Amino acid sequence: MITFLARRLSQLVPVLVGVSVIVFLMIHLIPGDPAVLVAGIDATKEDVAAVRQSLGLDKPLVMQYGEFVGRVATGDFGKSFRTGRPVSEEIGVRYWNTMILGLSAVVFGTLLGVITGILTAVYRNGWFDSSILAVSLLGISIPSFFLGISLMLLFSVYLGWLPLTGMDSWKNLILPTLTLGIPNAAIISRITRSSLVEVLNQDYVRTARAKGLKESVVVGHHGVRNALIPVVTVVGLQMGYLLGGAVVTETVFAWPGIGRLIVQSIAARDFPVVQASVLLLALTFVMINLLTDVLYRILDPRIKFK
Amino acid sequence: MNQTQSPTLPIQEAESPILSVRNLTTSFRSDDVWKPVVRNLSFDVPPRKTVAIVGESGSGKSVTSLSIMRLLPKRSSYIEGQINLGGQDLHTLSDDEMRRVRGRDVSMIFQEPMTSLNPIFPIGKQIAEALTVHKPLSRSEARAEVIRLLDKVRIPNAASRFDEYPHQFSGGMRQRVMIAMALASKPKLLIADEPTTALDVTIQGQILDLIKTLQDEDGMSVLFITHDMGVVAEIADECIVMFRGEAVEMGPTENIFLRGKHPYTRALLSAVPKLGSMTGRSLPLRFPIVDVLTGDMQPQRDVIDTVAQTKSPVLSVKNLTARFDIHSGIFSRKTAAVHAVENISFDLFEGETLSIVGESGCGKSTTGRSVTRLIEPVKGSIVIDGHDVMALNRPALRRMRRSIQMVFQDPFASLNPRMAIGTAVMEPYLEHGLGSRRQAQEKAADLLEKVGLKADMMRRFAHEFSGGQRQRIAVARALMLDPKVIVADEAVSALDVSIKAQVCNLLLDLQQSLNLAYLFISHDMAVVERISHRVAVMYLGEIVEVGPRAAVFENPQHPYTRKLMSAVPIPDPSRRTLKRELSVDELRSPIRSLKYVPPVREYREISTGHLVLLN
Repeated sequence: MITFLARRLSQLVPVLVGVSVIVFLMIHLIPGDPAVLVAGIDATKEDVAAVRQSLGLDKPLVMQYGEFVGRVATGDFGKSFRTGRPVSEEIGVRYWNTMILGLSAVVFGTLLGVITGILTAVYRNGWFDSSILAVSLLGISIPSFFLGISLMLLFSVYLGWLPLTGMDSWKNLILPTLTLGIPNAAIISRITRSSLVEVLNQDYVRTARAKGLKESVVVGHHGVRNALIPVVTVVGLQMGYLLGGAVVTETVFAWPGIGRLIVQSIAARDFPVVQASVLLLALTFVMINLLTDVLYRILDPRIKFK
Repeated sequence: MNQTQSPTLPIQEAESPILSVRNLTTSFRSDDVWKPVVRNLSFDVPPRKTVAIVGESGSGKSVTSLSIMRLLPKRSSYIEGQINLGGQDLHTLSDDEMRRVRGRDVSMIFQEPMTSLNPIFPIGKQIAEALTVHKPLSRSEARAEVIRLLDKVRIPNAASRFDEYPHQFSGGMRQRVMIAMALASKPKLLIADEPTTALDVTIQGQILDLIKTLQDEDGMSVLFITHDMGVVAEIADECIVMFRGEAVEMGPTENIFLRGKHPYTRALLSAVPKLGSMTGRSLPLRFPIVDVLTGDMQPQRDVIDTVAQTKSPVLSVKNLTARFDIHSGIFSRKTAAVHAVENISFDLFEGETLSIVGESGCGKSTTGRSVTRLIEPVKGSIVIDGHDVMALNRPALRRMRRSIQMVFQDPFASLNPRMAIGTAVMEPYLEHGLGSRRQAQEKAADLLEKVGLKADMMRRFAHEFSGGQRQRIAVARALMLDPKVIVADEAVSALDVSIKAQVCNLLLDLQQSLNLAYLFISHDMAVVERISHRVAVMYLGEIVEVGPRAAVFENPQHPYTRKLMSAVPIPDPSRRTLKRELSVDELRSPIRSLKYVPPVREYREISTGHLVLLN
């Protein structure tokens, strides 16, 4: 287990280096000069040159990257071009906001998805199965801005049960969680269903029945745990997707998360913020994957910690 | 439906039977039509006796056992008739009452020990479950009882294996675990559905002995489902022969074997190769084919000597070695190697069949694949038809493969389901650019006729053919390139006995007309005895004994050869009293450390061409 973790963590290094290089280069390849943006519309050529020098943008690319890595290694992501505040301050709160929303959506989506998945597998091809199938198809195909706005109209505007936007109380969390969690639940429900249907046709389930076990034990104990193994992978991937792809939902609900921050920063050519945010998301994504792998191995004793 | 009187077992004892089945008919629903797969079946299982149901695929034997257990899916199956177990009709019980009967009064073990245990729970826990579901027990009581059961099925170091997972057990050991689980509540009846079919022959012997011993110890009845007449002869007191969903004959095993009346019984028995029946013959022998409907025996032509021993061998293998590296650790360094094939040499002549026999992991399949360089050998020389195979570059190797073709075990997996079989048969010919499409078509049609199919079947797809027909197609495909050698890797192992006999006869016919040489890789000693000229026995990657078939089978010298032969069940009920020791040998695998230096091996020549490895 410890060698496994050590090995997996050491594999993180090249991934992060790769991400940092791509992020670093990408921003330099995008048209638009950050020095011009920072200096402002009225700036003279001299002003722009001065800004460029103060930001270190006049140095060769390799040196810029070297300095960037050196600073990042010490935890210093520099200052935002736009606000002049340290990047860590800009990002910190926003990152946690996104994490709260992402986690709550994943927990909601997984619970709902797994439960409906199990029920549809057990009562497959019945009326319950087909109605859940219809609902989840809808859940998967509906665009999140439309779902978000519809939920908002229903619960905030007409019924007035829940706040519209912002982040003032836990109630603000409900609608964005539903918006992100419903498509998530739909996918997990389908995966759980097909996985469990396959497991229930396995020889060892027949063995469990031949022992005289109750059907609830056969399904709940022998079936579900086996069926959840592939579901773990999907939940891990969904989690990564929710962290990076929550931009639309964050925008609809004015949720001050990192997704919106990245979009704003890209528009403003605010390099340090974009770089730090993407790096942080990549790190999170890789850590979630690691967690998935560990969980996978705990669930399935056949896979060894190598 | 056939309404003839179905046969019944004669009343033998005053004791009432443990299981009594009357007019059992099981139907499956397909496309909204109920189709009976078991028809009007009646039989009894007396106390402490073993009754075998024997039949080929589709005979309804497994459906019968699942019907008794009521383990068939409710929505798509329908059972009629009476199933009396210890005085109650299982058919009339509620689902919950039936659940209580399962595992307590009647238990079941299945064919596939590899998949019949839940992979994610320790085996001890799975056995304990079978106990606690029928009887309240504390954790420690259950644990003690499970360890006693593991001891009972002769699993060494039972206590230490309680917490291990199924994948840490071999196939034979898993079947022991299944038996322990089935015996947990001391059932009156054990249903064993092909329990040894997936196991190697020496392991099969151990498991059969174990079932017999436990039956004596616990005094239970056994209903044994199998396709293997040898196993029936060995284990069953009474026997029911099933054919297309009906019992065609039943009675004491000896009667069935010696005085079987129904044509199907006779056809089945004549198709079963009997180890030791070839004594005194040097050439292979075709299987006699009995017509299933009339019971008439079709005359079999004698096999003529096809071996061209004076010419140089068509395949010559010297010091062939193949290994697979095992990697582990943080940097996936090479830490050990499986010495799958270690330093083996043999020659194969035109028109000859050389069989390689052995159990799982002995390296026989790796040998077949190394010879064609589908697996890259570590060292050794391979000469096919005068060409040094090891020296060939890629294009030359491709051309060489025309001379040596393979037929594999699984006729279902080795044909592309989305390709018409004509296209599949023509493919190698066209790929190698041997002629035009028209020529390919003519040749394919000709070959399909040769393997006993019809040329107009070329447009059909694989799923429209039976297993035996598919294997014929695979043979036709292999012949498309006019090979000199065919490597048949367990080519008849997955087929039903009667089909197996037909395909073996086909191989003999083709050998005679085309002068083919076969490298026949098989675990089935009885088939090997029937069709080979020479035999090589492999064990842990090495050839331990090789020689003319008659010499090896009539005068086996190496201890492993003897062990292998004594483990084969003989379809002769008069030998039933023979008992093997209750050994718990496991098949070993040739994993060696990197420092391992293979010992220099010497062979002793017993008679001309009969070599035995000296230890």
